[in-house]
Amino acid sequence: MQFFVAPQRPQRPSLWSIRAAISQRTYWALAVLGLVVPLACWWIFSSQGWVSKVFLPGPVDVFHRAVRWAAEDNLLGDTGISIYRVTVGWLLSAVIAVPIGLLIGTFRPVQALLEPLTDFIRYMPAVAFIPLVMLWIGIDEGSKIAIIFIGTFFQMVLMVAEDVRRVPTTQIEAAQTMGATRSEIIELVLLPAAKPALLDTLRITMGWAWTYLVVAELVAANSGLGYAILRAQRYLQTDKIFAGIIIIGLIGLITDQLFRFLHRTAFPYMHLKR
Amino acid sequence: MSRTAKISARGLCKTFGETPRQVTALQNIDLDVYENEFVTLVGASGCGKSTLLRIIAGLEHHSGGALMVAGKPVRGPGVDRAMVFQHYSLYAWLTVMQNIKFCRRLKVGRQDLTTNDVEVASGRADTLLNLMGLPKVADAWPNQLSGGMQQRVAIARALMPRPEVLLMDEPFGALDAQTREVMHDLILHVFRLERTTIVFVTHDVEEAIYLGQRVVVLAPNPGRIDSVHEVPLPTQRTQDMKHRPEFLELKRDIVARIRETSGMKTDLELLEKLSATA
Repeated sequence: MQFFVAPQRPQRPSLWSIRAAISQRTYWALAVLGLVVPLACWWIFSSQGWVSKVFLPGPVDVFHRAVRWAAEDNLLGDTGISIYRVTVGWLLSAVIAVPIGLLIGTFRPVQALLEPLTDFIRYMPAVAFIPLVMLWIGIDEGSKIAIIFIGTFFQMVLMVAEDVRRVPTTQIEAAQTMGATRSEIIELVLLPAAKPALLDTLRITMGWAWTYLVVAELVAANSGLGYAILRAQRYLQTDKIFAGIIIIGLIGLITDQLFRFLHRTAFPYMHLKR
Repeated sequence: MSRTAKISARGLCKTFGETPRQVTALQNIDLDVYENEFVTLVGASGCGKSTLLRIIAGLEHHSGGALMVAGKPVRGPGVDRAMVFQHYSLYAWLTVMQNIKFCRRLKVGRQDLTTNDVEVASGRADTLLNLMGLPKVADAWPNQLSGGMQQRVAIARALMPRPEVLLMDEPFGALDAQTREVMHDLILHVFRLERTTIVFVTHDVEEAIYLGQRVVVLAPNPGRIDSVHEVPLPTQRTQDMKHRPEFLELKRDIVARIRETSGMKTDLELLEKLSATA
C-alpha cells in the first residue's frame, strides 16, 4: 500500500521556539524597538500633561537640562571625577581581589581560611560603612574610593575564586603528567584558562562599582554625577536627576561594550563562528 | 623471550574516605606490565580500572602495597608517564601546534638544552603532527576540531616528551563508532613506531581485545583483578580479525566474566518481573 504524500510548503521556524536562532535583522530591529518604545511612552506620558513636570519631566526637558548642565555648570568635570572615583576604587579592588581569589580557588587551606570570612563581610551593607570610613579615612577622595572598594571587593574575591575553580581538573592533571611544577601550573594553566571568565567578572563588577557611586558621593562631596543628583534632589530638579541617571547609564553601556570588545580581541578562540 | 617489567604492582590497595565510611576501591592488586607491551584494562563500572591507571600516573596516592615504574617507586606524576584523558584536557587558548609543544614551555623540557635539541624537538613536533594526520589544522584552535581530532592532538601532546609509559583513560569513550575504529588503527600504528608501553582503560570489550596484547579484567566491590587474558592474535592487527572465531570466543569469555562480576543479573530479574506485571 502506498500513501499519497502531499506537497508541503517549507516550514519557517517559529520565533517562539525555545532558544531558536533569529536573524541578525530581527535581532537589531527588536533591540531598537526595546529602546524606542519606552522612550516614546515616556515622551507621550509627559507631554500630555497627565502628571506634573516635577514628578515626570519629558525627554526634551531632560535633554535641555543636560545641555545647560554642560554649558553653565560643570557636567564634564562631574563626569570626569565620577569616572575617576569609580575606576580607582574598582581597579584597587581588582588588584587585590584577583590574587586572593586565585589563591582561594587554587589552595584548599586558603579557601578554608578566607572564604567564610569573605562570605560574611560581603553581606554587610556598604552604605553602613560610611561613618566608619569618614572616621578612619576622612572626607577627601580616599573615602569615596574606599566606599566603592568595600562595595565591590568582597564580591569580586568570591567570583574570581569561582572562575579559577571552574578550570577543568583534567587540564591541570594533563600538565602534571607532562612534569609541570606547581608554579608552572598556576602560570601556564590556571591563569590562562581562567582569563576569559576573569575579564567577565571584571566587567560585571565594574557595573557594581558604578551603582556604589551615588552612595560614595554622599560623603562630603562637592562634585561628581552622584553628588549632582543628590543636590538636584534637594532643589526638586527632577529633570537634572533624570539627566544624571541617564548619563551614568550611558557610561555603563559604553564601558560594558568596551569590555566585550576586549574579550573578543583577547580571546578569539571563544568567539569562533561555526 | 625474557621480558622486563616496566610497571609492577604488588599488593596494591586504594581506599577512599575516612574510617567509618571507608570504601575500598582497589584490593591487593598484583600486576606486571612488560616493556613495550600493550595492556588493556576492562571491567564493570566501579571496578577501579580508572583509579588503578591514575595511581600509575601518580595522580592518586595508593593506600597500601608497592608500585614501581621502571624500577623506581612511584611518587607523584612524572614525565616518564604520559596520560591521555577522555576529554577536556586540551588548552583552548593554545593552537594545535602550541598544545603539542606545551611540554617545551616547562622547566623539565628546557633543562640542558642545546640548539640541536631544540631543532630535534621541533622536528619531533612536526613528525607527531604528521603521524596524527594533523598538519592541516596545526594553527587551528582545539574547539574548532571534532572530538576525534581533539583526541589526536591530546595523544600527540602526550607523546611529545617521549614518555616511557603511555596511560590512556577511555580516550575514545566519547567518540562515535566510525571515528573510534580509525583511532584504533592509528594508536596501534603509533604503538609500533614509538615502542612505548601502553596501559589502556576502556569499558568496550571489543576495543580491549583489538588493541591489547593482554586484557586484564577487573571486578568491583572491592576492585580486584578477576582474570588476565592473552589475546591470541598477531601483533599486526587488522579490522577483519574482529570476525575470527578466536576473537569472538575471547570476547564471549570476557563479557561473561564482566557480567558475572557486575551484579547485572539482578537487574534482568527485576526487568522480567516488571514485564510480567505489565
